[in-house]
Amino acid sequence: MNKSFRQSMAWLHTWTGLLLGWLLVAIFITGTSAYFREEITLWMQPEVHDSTLQPGTIDMALAALNAKAPDARSWDISLPGPRQTAAELRWQPAKPPEDGRRHRGEQILMDADSGEVVAPRATRGGNFFYRFHFELYGIDRLWARLLVCLATMFMLIAIISGVITHKKIFKDFFTFRPGKGQRSWLDAHNATAVLALPYHFMITYSGLLLFMTLIMPWGIDAAYENDRRSFFSEVFSRGEDAAQPGSPGEMVAIGPLIEQTETRFGKPVERIQITNPNRDNAQITLRVNRDPAVTDRQRGGDPTQVFQGNTGELIDTHIPANDPVSPGWRIYNFFTSVHMTRFADPLTRWLFFLFGVAGSAMTVTGMLLWVSKRTQQLRRDQQPDRALKMVNGLNMASITGLMLAIAAYFLANRLLPVTLAAREDREIQVFFIVWLVSLVHGLLRPNRHGWIEQVAAASLLWFAIPVVNIFTTASHLFTPLAWQHAAIASFDLVCLILAALGGHTLWRLQRKPLPAKARRAPAPRPFNTTNPASEQPAGESP
Amino acid sequence: MSPLSITSRTLAAALGGYGLASLSAMALAVTLPMARDQAVIIGIMVALLLCSGAAIWAFSARSAWRAWAGILAPGVLLGGLYLWGLPA
Repeated sequence: MNKSFRQSMAWLHTWTGLLLGWLLVAIFITGTSAYFREEITLWMQPEVHDSTLQPGTIDMALAALNAKAPDARSWDISLPGPRQTAAELRWQPAKPPEDGRRHRGEQILMDADSGEVVAPRATRGGNFFYRFHFELYGIDRLWARLLVCLATMFMLIAIISGVITHKKIFKDFFTFRPGKGQRSWLDAHNATAVLALPYHFMITYSGLLLFMTLIMPWGIDAAYENDRRSFFSEVFSRGEDAAQPGSPGEMVAIGPLIEQTETRFGKPVERIQITNPNRDNAQITLRVNRDPAVTDRQRGGDPTQVFQGNTGELIDTHIPANDPVSPGWRIYNFFTSVHMTRFADPLTRWLFFLFGVAGSAMTVTGMLLWVSKRTQQLRRDQQPDRALKMVNGLNMASITGLMLAIAAYFLANRLLPVTLAAREDREIQVFFIVWLVSLVHGLLRPNRHGWIEQVAAASLLWFAIPVVNIFTTASHLFTPLAWQHAAIASFDLVCLILAALGGHTLWRLQRKPLPAKARRAPAPRPFNTTNPASEQPAGESP
Repeated sequence: MSPLSITSRTLAAALGGYGLASLSAMALAVTLPMARDQAVIIGIMVALLLCSGAAIWAFSARSAWRAWAGILAPGVLLGGLYLWGLPA
């Protein structure tokens, strides 16, 4: 083999990229949405939109828990914050149900203004996409995760070999030749890749790290003599289990404890946990949000004060900055926290969302480039062969088809009857049916007409979301309520932006006359063609 | 690349790369002079990079034989390091 190093890297990049590219496009797009999964869930439950934190919310939450589960093992109250409007009340029942749901406990949402329990429409919300991005849907969780890890490893290989392929990577970055067919896709692929290169490396590498015990447990087995549980308890300790419930007893008023904690940390209390409520050994744990520090421990890193429930005595204070974190774990924490943007304020979250969009664009342009390059290499009298058509059709389903399916999922959330049985499953069925239809359509029309139709349909559906919202909710763009919680209005605005982007793409696609006549010319097309017909994103069959 | 060479290199990248990565995770976990939970996590972080590095090596080496040699040799070294580091 007398190929140069760079050529063999280009080969590796092209084929690893294609092999799992479709899966990666889906992982990237759904994973990008997961930056806002709580906001998406909020938008998908309009019943809880009209709720804001009040001074009396905490007392009402405690009263609700006292009414629902006075003898619970523990209570847990999450107060409304920037990412949720209602108060979330959870409890562990005194006797855990025996159907295997031992750790989940019970959960209700409470209107923070009125203290009434709200029952929003059943939906998986943003969690559907979040889970899809690492375990897909409907197939065995273990195998799905292994498949996603494999795709992630391919991505890491594609990134490294891609960097090697583009020796002049930073020069390439400043080269953008729009409207030049394959070259434009190449430039766009390079620009999105280089622009967010540290992000791409971080997101793939940390994705693998998050599943390290699934894919690379051998080091743990070696050092811990096949006792993985002692590794987990050493590293990811979640604290001791709560003590057995004591005898019934009064609890002190929580107001002064909250005041003391808020003065101490200078931040509002976000979370209240009470173990053994209404017992003489009750413990009240008050947490405020921690300062963003990406190398902290992942769990339980919030500044916390623990009080004795019956006396109000302060028994423990926890400030995460005082925790020693060893260098190895700091690196691990850095990668995994950044992946999950656990530390992020809203602005940082938007920034990561944009990086995710750039990553999606990188995978998408890479897939389009694959087809575009092979289409341009065809002679004018040559037809794309079946394989090329199939790749083109699959590209369509994985890109425009997924965008269609996501929009349909959101529309189904608004249009399906609120009381429909198994409603959350129906929403997901709508998602997959639309995706399947787009796949069939893409394979039947793997050409420019197919792209135009799917882009048009996607723009229409995304535009329809905020419009349907006007008729189905009281928190659409023309209400003050939507703007009061920025997340709700932002959702509709993102829909409009996506619709506008789709419309722009459509306009670009439509502007070029269909090159049916030009294709009859027998002469081979020059390689560096600037023929406007070559601007279509992908191959075509007349 | 000939189909045979591609198959051989693919196997070297997948099986060899993963094996090499696993050996490095095991060897570092038992030999790094630090608390064992730290040695484990550093071993894993190195192993995942090594896995992709090995795949790239497998396709960039001048021949499929060299690809295998370049993965097996450090693999044997890491295996020895692991056996040496095992608690007696």
